[in-house]
Amino acid sequence: MLKVNQLMTAGALALGALVSSVHAEDTVKVGVLHSLSGTMAISETSLRDVLLFTFDEINAKGGVLGKKIEPVVVDGASNWPLFAEKAKQLLEQDKVSVTFGCWTSVSRKSVLPVYEKNNGLLFYPVQYEGQEESQNVFYTAEAVNQQATPAIDYLLKQGYTKFYLIGTDYVYPQTTNLVLLEYLLSKGVALENIGGGFKKDDSGKIISAGKYTPFGHTDYQQIVAEIKQFAAGGKTAVVSTLNGDTNVPFFKEYAAAGLTAETAPVVSFSISEDEFRGLPAKQLVGQLGCWTYFQSIKSPANKEFVKNFKAWLKTTNVPGIVKEGRVTCSPMVLSYDGVYLWKAAVEKAGSFDVDKVRAALKSGLSFDGPGGKVTSQPNMHMTKNVFIGETTAKGQFKILEEFKDVYGEPWLLGKFKSK
Amino acid sequence: MSTLSTRHKVELIAASAIGLFFIVIFPLLNAHGMVSNFTINLWGKYLCYALLAISVDLLWGYTGLLSLGQALFFSFGGYMMGMYLMRMIGDLGQYHKPIPDFLVFLGWTELPKFWKPFASFPFAASMIFLLPGLLALVFGFLAFRSRIKGVYFSILTQALTYGASLMFFRNDMLMGGNNGFTDFKFILGHDLREASTQRGLFIVTAIVLLLVYASLRLLSHTKFGLVQRAIRDGENRVLFSGYATAHFKLFIFVVAALIASIGGALYVPQVGIINPSEMTPDKSLEAVVWCAVGGRGTLVGPIIGAISINSLKSWASRAAPDYWLVILGGLFVVVVLLLPGGIVSIPARLKSLWQRVTRQPSA
Repeated sequence: MLKVNQLMTAGALALGALVSSVHAEDTVKVGVLHSLSGTMAISETSLRDVLLFTFDEINAKGGVLGKKIEPVVVDGASNWPLFAEKAKQLLEQDKVSVTFGCWTSVSRKSVLPVYEKNNGLLFYPVQYEGQEESQNVFYTAEAVNQQATPAIDYLLKQGYTKFYLIGTDYVYPQTTNLVLLEYLLSKGVALENIGGGFKKDDSGKIISAGKYTPFGHTDYQQIVAEIKQFAAGGKTAVVSTLNGDTNVPFFKEYAAAGLTAETAPVVSFSISEDEFRGLPAKQLVGQLGCWTYFQSIKSPANKEFVKNFKAWLKTTNVPGIVKEGRVTCSPMVLSYDGVYLWKAAVEKAGSFDVDKVRAALKSGLSFDGPGGKVTSQPNMHMTKNVFIGETTAKGQFKILEEFKDVYGEPWLLGKFKSK
Repeated sequence: MSTLSTRHKVELIAASAIGLFFIVIFPLLNAHGMVSNFTINLWGKYLCYALLAISVDLLWGYTGLLSLGQALFFSFGGYMMGMYLMRMIGDLGQYHKPIPDFLVFLGWTELPKFWKPFASFPFAASMIFLLPGLLALVFGFLAFRSRIKGVYFSILTQALTYGASLMFFRNDMLMGGNNGFTDFKFILGHDLREASTQRGLFIVTAIVLLLVYASLRLLSHTKFGLVQRAIRDGENRVLFSGYATAHFKLFIFVVAALIASIGGALYVPQVGIINPSEMTPDKSLEAVVWCAVGGRGTLVGPIIGAISINSLKSWASRAAPDYWLVILGGLFVVVVLLLPGGIVSIPARLKSLWQRVTRQPSA
C-alpha cells in the first residue's frame, strides 16, 4: 500500500514538475496586492499601474534571469481580512516569487503573519510609522526619519520656533508625532511651544502628542481657531499627518481663518502629486510637502521615467486604467524602485528563492531610480534622498531642499534624548 | 408541537448529510493533502459568514425585522475572541513586551484593567455570549417596548453599528483603533499557523453551523415558530390575539445576536484580523444581500447565499480584479428582478416552467 502511495506521489510530482517546468521556463509569477476598489482605490490603483508598467519595461529588456515577469493582480478591495485571504492565495495557490503591495498600515499588519508563515517576500512602498522589521517585508517606504524629521530640520533652519501637531487618529500619525515630540525636545524646542495637546498616563508620562481627528472628519473650525491662537505667539509651523479627503475641509477652514503659507506653513506628509488629482491644489499653494521623490526632480533619469510611464499609459490595454491627467509620486516611484531592487537581488542570488534573495538584498544593492540612487539596507529598509517641496498651483512641488542618502531607521521611539 | 413536514424532513436529512461531509470528509481530504490548506481556511470563513447570514434571516426572513446591524454582534464576538488571542501572543509581538503591541505604541507599560481577565479562555468565551447578548437585550428592550418597527428599526440598528464602529476606530478605546487586532499566534495552546489548528477550527465552525441550522429548523415548527411568522405577517393581529409580541421579538433578537457573535468569534482566528471596518453598516448590508440572494425565510437560503456570493467574490477578485464588482452588482440586480425568492427558489421555478411547457400542446 505504501509503495502504491509512494509511486503515486512520485508520479504526481513528476507530472507536476513537467507541467510547471514547461511553464516556468519562460515566466516568473509576481503578485500585485493593492486595493482596486473601495476607499483606498484612489491611491492604490496608481501603484498597480506603475507596477504593470515596470514589469513591461523589464520584460521588454529580457525579463529577470531570462524569465518574463507574469503579474498576478488581485484586488484587496480596501477590506483588511480580504487582504489576508488574497495574500494566502498568492503565496499558497499561485506560489508567487515576490509580492508588491499594501498601502495602509492595517493592510500590512493583516498580511504580515501570512508572509511570515509561508516565508514570502513583500515589498511595501508607502511611508509608515516604523517600529517594525519583519524578515519577510522589504520596506522601500519612507521611515519617519526619511520624511518627518528632515522636515523638522528644514523648518528649524528656517527659524520656526513653534510647532503644532495634527493628524488622523491611527497608528502612523500617533507614532510619528510621538517621535517628533522627542525629536523637537532634543532640538531644544520647549514643551509649551509644541501644540495640539498631550495625553499623559497615571505617572505623568506623555503617551500621545498632537491633535487627532477621525477618518473623514469635516469640521475643523475649532481646531483651526486653536491653531490661530497658538500661532499668534511666534513663528509657527503646522505638522500635518491628516489623511486623504479630510485635507479638503481642513485647508478650506485654514484659508478662511486667514492663515497662509507665509504666516504659518503646513507641512503635510500624506499629500503627494497623486492626491492633488482629487484635492484643490489652489488652496494649498505655498504649503510644504516632504517625500523621497517629486515629479519635478530635474534629473535625466526622472524625465525618462515620467516620459516612459506616460507613453506606456497611452499604449496599454489593461482594463480600468485612467489615461488622462496622470502624474507620478513618491509611493509610485518607491514601487518602481522596489521592483528593480528585487530584480537586482534575484540576479545577484542567481535564484528566485526568498532566503537567497533576502540575503542579496541585505548585502546592500543599489539602483539609480527616478529620485536618485537608492540602496537596500541590512534592516530591510532603503537608503534614499529626501526632498522638501512647496506646492504649486498645478498640484506639483517646487523643490526647496534636498537631503542626500538618508539611512532608513525603523526604530525611532526613545532614540532622541532631550537635553 | 407540530411535526416536521415531509419537505423539511428531507431538507433536514440532506443538510445533515452535507454537514457530515463538511465535518468529516472535507477535513480528512485536507489532512491527506487532497484539499489545500488555503481552501479549507477559505471555507471556514464562508461558514462563519453563513452564521451571520442565518442570524439576519432569523430576524428578517422569519420575524420581519430587517436588522442592518448584525455585523455589530458579529464583530463583538470577534473582538472578544480577539482579546483572548491578543493575550495569547505573550511577548512574541513586534516589541517583545508582555502587553499587546498597540498598547505599547500608545505608551502603556501595564495592561489596562479590563484586559486582564481575557487571558482566560473560559472568561473570553463567556464574554462572547454575555456582551452581545446584553447589548441586544437592552437595545431590543428599548426598541420593541417603544414599538419601533419597519424602516425605523432598520435605521436604528444601522446607527447603532455605525456609532460603535466610530467608537472602536478611536485609539482611546484601547481596542486597537483602526488597526484592530492581528498577528495572532496561539489558541488554547495550539499554533494558529499550523494546518491542523486551522482544520480544527473549520470542523468546529461546521459543527456549530449544523447545530444552529438544525435547532432553528426545529424551532420554526414549534408554536413559537408559528407566532414568530405570524408577527412577520401581521403583528397587530397577533398583539390583539393576546400575545406579547415585544417579548417574542426580544427573544429572537437576542438569539440572533448570539448566533452572529459565535460566527464572529470563530471568524477571527481563521482570518487573522478584526478591526472596526467589520462593524460598519455596509458589512451588515452585505449580510442582508447574501440572505436575499440565497432566499430569505428559508434557513438554507442564507447559507447558500453566503457561501456562493463569497466564493464568487474570492474567485472574481482574483480572476477579474477590474470587473468583479460589476459582476457581483449585476448578479444582485438579476436576483432582485427575476428571482425574488433567491437561489433556493430555482428548483420550484424550473418545475413550474416545465409544467407550463409540457401543458402547452393541449392548449
